Amino acid sequence: MNTGSLFAAIVARDLRLALRHGADTLGSVLFFILAAALFPLALGPSPELLRRMAPGVIWVCALLAALLPLDRLFGSELEDGSLDQLLLLGLPPSLVALAKMVAHWLTTGLPLLVAAIPMAMMLGLPGAALPILMAGLIPGTLVLSLVGGMAASIVLGARRGGVLLPLLVLPLVTPALIFGAAAVDSARTGLAFAPDLELLLAFLLGALPLCPLAGGAGLRAAAE
Amino acid sequence: MAASHNTPVLNAESLSVFRGERLVLDNISVSLAAGDAVLLTGPNGAGKSTLLRVLAGLRRPDAGHLLWNGTDILADRTMHAAHIAYLGHQDALKPGLTLSENLALFSRGESPEDALADFDLTHLADVPVRLLSAGQKRRAALTRIIMARAPLWLLDEPSLGLDIHSVGRLGTALTRHRQAGGIVIATTHVPLPLDNPRQLALPGAPTGNQALWEDQP
Repeated sequence: MNTGSLFAAIVARDLRLALRHGADTLGSVLFFILAAALFPLALGPSPELLRRMAPGVIWVCALLAALLPLDRLFGSELEDGSLDQLLLLGLPPSLVALAKMVAHWLTTGLPLLVAAIPMAMMLGLPGAALPILMAGLIPGTLVLSLVGGMAASIVLGARRGGVLLPLLVLPLVTPALIFGAAAVDSARTGLAFAPDLELLLAFLLGALPLCPLAGGAGLRAAAE
Repeated sequence: MAASHNTPVLNAESLSVFRGERLVLDNISVSLAAGDAVLLTGPNGAGKSTLLRVLAGLRRPDAGHLLWNGTDILADRTMHAAHIAYLGHQDALKPGLTLSENLALFSRGESPEDALADFDLTHLADVPVRLLSAGQKRRAALTRIIMARAPLWLLDEPSLGLDIHSVGRLGTALTRHRQAGGIVIATTHVPLPLDNPRQLALPGAPTGNQALWEDQP
């Protein structure tokens, strides 16, 4: 079995697990919707205020929602001994980590993208700014899965890893948050949004090789 | 030290491993040729599982060399994985998936049916693993060992929870593997169905001496 099909088999296994445990998978999407729905309740129903805050609210809530399943991403594999078997598949550890990150994006990032559309409309984001929001959220959620997966593998096996995880991920993904939310803001006010999106993509391109490498090293260290 | 008639495939030279401040493995040397079987014995905490993990390339030894056919294992542990079928303490099965779904990742593109039949699990292939008994899960984990089609089997208490028939099936699988030139290293506290295994007794408290070798009568 070659590298590609082993990689696909790991992703397929995680997707099957996510489907089997549907409640866990839906949990982060429901958290995203609930958290975003709290803002109008707390800030008052002023349409102008909500419209101005919509990009930031959606980005922050998506970021927090994507954190929820990270704890279990490698934690469950370590606990039941599967991590040893994954490392002995013959794949480089970095590719095992990347496969798990891809699975995290497919089971968390993708549903969040879908849920972001009704949330943006609920907060009154103008229709013209919606494509820009999605154009930012697609690389943004990918960055979240990459950085989050890396952090999850680094804290793997550590005591109180669940507490450590957000402290590690949140500062690292702030650039994505800044550029992603700024792009939507620029589009809403009629300014150029391309530079923000380009910086976001550059961040993604940097994370794409680095995060799996660091994640693989984290997995090796956790198995020791 | 027992002399092998064939050229050794796996060579471990003076392995030492620390866990925290404690020396778990002290200067252990093992040399194994095709068809060999070694039983690791010793009291709890003697480092049997640690030695298996080192041989699997999952853990780096703090001192010593590991050679596979003369090449350094630690230089490329991903390559070494192709030689290894590892059975840990845990069965590494996902309770939510069926048996065949669990094994799909490890079947290396081949049908798991033969391996399932070896441990009499064919009728349970589509049953979620959470419904299986402890012994059935152990048999499922052993199925994965067969499916790996690897020359070196590293088994951590393989007979744990197995009934008498399953131990017999395990014996058949072990014999077939050794006849095909495979190597078996197993930790155990109970007799295993292995013909003429060598024994490597790990001392409970490391004394600084070489591990004691003795041939079983």
